[in-house]
Amino acid sequence: MSRLRTCVAGPLFLAVCFVAASAEPTDVGPLLQRLKAVGKEGAGAAEAATALRELSRCQANVLPVVLAALDDATPEAANWLRSAVEVIADQNLAAGKPLPAQDLEKFVRDTRHEARARRLAFELLTRVDNSAADRLLPGMLQDPSLELRRDAVARLIKEADAAKGKNDKETARQVYERAFAGARDKDQIDLLAKELKALGAEVDIARHLGFVRSWQVLGPFDSTGGVGFAAVYDPERGVDLQKEFTGKGGAKLRWKPHVSVDAYGTVDLNKAIGKHMGAAGYAYAVVESADERPVEIRAGSNNAVKIWLNGKELVSHEEYHHGTRMDQYVGVGKLRPGKNEVLIKVCQNEQKEEWAQSWGFQLRICDRVGTAVPVVVAQWSPAAKPTTGEKNP
Amino acid sequence: MKLPSVKLLAVLSTLACLAGPLRADWPQFRGPGGAGLSDAKGLPTKWSADSNVRWKAKLPGRGLSCPVVVGDHVYVTACTGYQQDRLHVLCLDAAPGKQIWERQIWGTGSTMCHPTTCMAAPTPAADASGVVALFATGDIVAYDREGNLQWYRSLARDYPGITNNVGMASSPILHQNVVLIPLENAGNSFSAALDRATGATLWKVERHKDINWVTPLVVANGSQAEVLFQTGKEITAYDLRTGKKRWTHEAGLSSVSSPVLGDGQILIPGSEFTVLKAQGDSSAPEVVWKSNKIKTSYPSPVYYKGRIYTLNSASILSCNDAADGASIWQQRLKGKFWASPVIADGKLYAVNEEGTTFVIDLGASDDQRRILAENKLGDTFLATPAIARGALFLRSDGWLYCIGAK
Repeated sequence: MSRLRTCVAGPLFLAVCFVAASAEPTDVGPLLQRLKAVGKEGAGAAEAATALRELSRCQANVLPVVLAALDDATPEAANWLRSAVEVIADQNLAAGKPLPAQDLEKFVRDTRHEARARRLAFELLTRVDNSAADRLLPGMLQDPSLELRRDAVARLIKEADAAKGKNDKETARQVYERAFAGARDKDQIDLLAKELKALGAEVDIARHLGFVRSWQVLGPFDSTGGVGFAAVYDPERGVDLQKEFTGKGGAKLRWKPHVSVDAYGTVDLNKAIGKHMGAAGYAYAVVESADERPVEIRAGSNNAVKIWLNGKELVSHEEYHHGTRMDQYVGVGKLRPGKNEVLIKVCQNEQKEEWAQSWGFQLRICDRVGTAVPVVVAQWSPAAKPTTGEKNP
Repeated sequence: MKLPSVKLLAVLSTLACLAGPLRADWPQFRGPGGAGLSDAKGLPTKWSADSNVRWKAKLPGRGLSCPVVVGDHVYVTACTGYQQDRLHVLCLDAAPGKQIWERQIWGTGSTMCHPTTCMAAPTPAADASGVVALFATGDIVAYDREGNLQWYRSLARDYPGITNNVGMASSPILHQNVVLIPLENAGNSFSAALDRATGATLWKVERHKDINWVTPLVVANGSQAEVLFQTGKEITAYDLRTGKKRWTHEAGLSSVSSPVLGDGQILIPGSEFTVLKAQGDSSAPEVVWKSNKIKTSYPSPVYYKGRIYTLNSASILSCNDAADGASIWQQRLKGKFWASPVIADGKLYAVNEEGTTFVIDLGASDDQRRILAENKLGDTFLATPAIARGALFLRSDGWLYCIGAK
């Protein structure tokens, strides 16, 4: 029986596997390094393809090592490594050889590994172990893998639906609430919010996802012919809420508070600023963080947008009326302790079609999994309700 | 005696391929040469879920991409995942429909798109050595026949700024050792040629910043092989080997429906259906005729035996004379059509969104007898059919059907 020897060298496991055809051991470490060395524009493809052919003859015991190589792989290398995992698994299964189920489960359970690698391991495991999903998913409601989390939420939705079907409303509400706490995908959140509201529970989607609802808005500035996207208007040099500006057509402009009442925090600039075409508008928010923390600023808009966090541009996307969705644009930045400034510029073009009249945006602050981060959003209007909450979970 | 140069042999080889692509296979979007034509005979006229289905295979996810067939291998793409970021390439045995292999990559570009489309919208291109699959995310991958990864590129990372929030759908074209990729979009817009063997960029040209869904067309112009890229405003020919611009024709053209060759002329859909004849060099092509009466919607036109067949947004199938654009007949079909019609053995096959394929007898003189059959399979069908190995390959959102006599 073949024996697998492994050792550790730096962050990468160096493993030895037996090549089925020759019965000669092959050190997979250098092979994995060749996959991880692929670069942009196809660089290193020939060397990687050769290494992949060698890897494909390995026994399945090597799979956790290949999966672990995904932890620090570039997106290009990740797809080469994924292919190696698929080929090794397929060829071993086709030959009637088992996959290393125990090692795969250990890998799945270790949340230090890269989320997609863990999901891939989970899918290999469930190919050979019918009970694995039932064993693992209940503990994955807050998993860093959104795919595993999604499956965990789906299980709870089924459980709650069953309770609802038996008219056990209290159990149904409790299970829906647990599912809602874990849900990050909009379709599941919509469904759960609907069920919870029907059961009399309070649901605050914007708070759950970290949407900013309290803004200062300013506009319109000129964007005739799209000039406003590249133009650097005064707010981009620093926000002074007391200052008066000269906007499009010589209009005198001042910042004014606006609170979104939309469940997903959408700000309709046609209402907040007024209906204008060929116009640029700004929205400004201040969020207070107790700590320095990495965050993602995620926005959706049918318009061209630029987003700055503390003066640093994180998002720049010039496209008009081709559709919008939650988390359409993602900027990666860092909150500093204390007050942080978020500024978004939203440019409306001059299309006349009915479907091209929307002018607005939604924006949330979350971690890389999509979980709202604990911040306090400045409330500008005495009548304004809290937006993302005093302390988000 | 002076032997022909390697360059000349390459040109002759290219032109030979352009002159008469083998129609036994269906290697790319709309088959050999993108013509939508097959030499197949004896295809079934009637079928249903219970009859004349050789096999059907469950697909892992949605796709507007068409199946392609080379030899006994059928390749098809799909996408899965809540974010559509899991991109699948499948290879099936054309005879029994059994899956030979399936591979996945993780998408690296934006997955934003209109709900009708998805990330598996571009049709892959295949040859004897394997398949090249482009996805709407800008990820492009090549596998050999056995499913071994040959090369992979994230075009979204190689060339940041690619964006089409409606969703990309133009298909790559394989021509000998070159992969031609249309990445025309609202941001960093370009088209390019990649090395078939390595994926390396051979040339890359900047294109109009606008969203576009047209698949390029390879044509012979004198001694040169050219690739045509079409947008809503122009169609431009580039030297296939170097990417050097050869000629441009500006007009109100379609940004969805793709051009096709007909008897050496370039038939271009648009607000004015335009027929061009290249001059054999880089001079502006001759406008043979144009017509604002021939309308196309999403489907691309087909040329067959001197006639042009188009499907408009009212689901009217039109037959026009390719010589001057004169109307010959029109036939109203039913439903909405995303797929382009294809022709084999004197019959036109047009599949609508609801999964009904209209089989049209192109030789019928009687309007009443033109529609030979309406074959319903159900499910949602957005992909253009493939024809190979004496069968039609129809792809729905959930299934791949092989329609043919058993």
